[in-house]
Amino acid sequence: MARSSSTRSSSERRVLDEAGGVRAMTWVMAIMLFLTVLAAALGIGTRTSARSLERQLSGRLTVQIVEGDPVARDAAAARVLALVRALPGVRSATAVDRTELETLLRPWLGEQGADPELPIPAMIDVDLADTGSADRVAAEARRISPSARVDRHQGWMSPVTGFMATMTWLAVALVALMVAATSAVVVLAARAGLETHRATIEVMHMLGSTDIQVARLFQRRIAIDAAIGGTIGAIAGVLVVLFIGLRLQGLGSELLGGVTLDTGGWIAIAFLPLFFVLLATVAARVTVVAALRRAL
Amino acid sequence: MRQRVLGTGSDKAVRQPRMANIVQFENVGLRYGTGAETLSDISFTLASGTFYFLTGASGAGKTSLLKLLYLAQRPSRGIIRLFGEDAVTMPRDRLPGFRRRIGVVFQDFRLVPHLSAADNIALPLRVAGIVEDEIDQPVREMLAWVGLGDRAQARPATLSGGEQQRVAIARAVIGRPEILVADEPTGNVDPEMADRLLMLFDSMNKLGTTVVVATHDFNLLSRLPGAQMMRLDKGRLLDPTGALRYPPVRPG
Repeated sequence: MARSSSTRSSSERRVLDEAGGVRAMTWVMAIMLFLTVLAAALGIGTRTSARSLERQLSGRLTVQIVEGDPVARDAAAARVLALVRALPGVRSATAVDRTELETLLRPWLGEQGADPELPIPAMIDVDLADTGSADRVAAEARRISPSARVDRHQGWMSPVTGFMATMTWLAVALVALMVAATSAVVVLAARAGLETHRATIEVMHMLGSTDIQVARLFQRRIAIDAAIGGTIGAIAGVLVVLFIGLRLQGLGSELLGGVTLDTGGWIAIAFLPLFFVLLATVAARVTVVAALRRAL
Repeated sequence: MRQRVLGTGSDKAVRQPRMANIVQFENVGLRYGTGAETLSDISFTLASGTFYFLTGASGAGKTSLLKLLYLAQRPSRGIIRLFGEDAVTMPRDRLPGFRRRIGVVFQDFRLVPHLSAADNIALPLRVAGIVEDEIDQPVREMLAWVGLGDRAQARPATLSGGEQQRVAIARAVIGRPEILVADEPTGNVDPEMADRLLMLFDSMNKLGTTVVVATHDFNLLSRLPGAQMMRLDKGRLLDPTGALRYPPVRPG
């Protein structure tokens, strides 16, 4: 009667069966993976958002023509607009409509913001194809109107992008801590398993088992527990990430709405359980082999 | 192949083994921790294919000597050569290969509690990497031989002491080891089963296996008259030449 290799694996697995400590590993791995998925999603999401924000803002600036005389202001604005549009490296340049400016100022100036006599600066939004052109735009604008101001959007948002970078590094640190904690848990579980199965391992050795053969029993057992627990934890983590993503989208915030996972992010998260199974397997093997070397 | 000569102790025709020495002990001493020596100045050789009884009172050092023989322990001093190689300084990674050539029946059986009788017996074959297809048949035969054909799936906890001992013996011999070491192998079985097990050892010996059976049961020795015997007393070998026989050879 032919028996498959899975039958052998099953026979070998039974040698270390019934170990309560190893069973607990499943739940420990589930919790670890759950937390790691959340931390990784936070890191990847904030990184994606920061990059997107940086991409959006790094090529944008606003030219303000500050001139008390409305006629001179509008003439200077028209000249600057025409000149900037003609510059190489400029994707687009748009004069901000006065009505839009009044709307923006209304919270601070009230209805008086709509007074046509109020000296509101003329504003031109510039979108650069080449971020290196910003200095040139500023120089040309000041040449036409010496009082022109150029505000780079990136500068306004630097505290936000800095905060996002901090969150990303915090997430990286959390994932690293989870990896370290998981390794420690596996080492402890493997040592506990060795103690539980000391008599069996002695017999295996006396029958001619190599350290690697014994270690393989442990690493297989721990890998199975890590795979089951990791899958449970990862699925739970992904569900929470999806839920939070939906909530963020629902806020309607352009900034928070950008905290999303792109395809690369989802692939990275999908690989986390595999990585943890590999980590647990290697940690178990190294621990068991190191411990067995101390015996004859 | 067979070197042991069956016959009475007075049989002058007892032949000395001429085959290569498979085991060689020279001035071996064993000390656990910092205590006194458990074994002192042990020197003997075992030729391939011989059958030896190792006797001595409880505490004489039989189990310790067997541990050295099946490589569960390294000596504190002296030289041990197994299969022509120095077993004292042998690197750890070479020990498994040598251990697979030695079958051991432990005094306390040491069956794996989670495995069935069949899986316990199959363990040496699996450790040796025998393919699964070639395991079932010998395991079934071995179970039948030790009278446990109907207990194949029973776990050790559900077996009697005698049954566990038979499983332990089956596990020790299934790999057809070159040396079979048995520590009180018939201590928990009835005389009829003891005879059958001894005959199993004898059959293996006839096929070329060197057999060393530790026992303090002289009834067992009397079942194989003329068998060579080593006697330990307080950690010392009384007859290092291995010329002792049971029953004792009468001079003249």
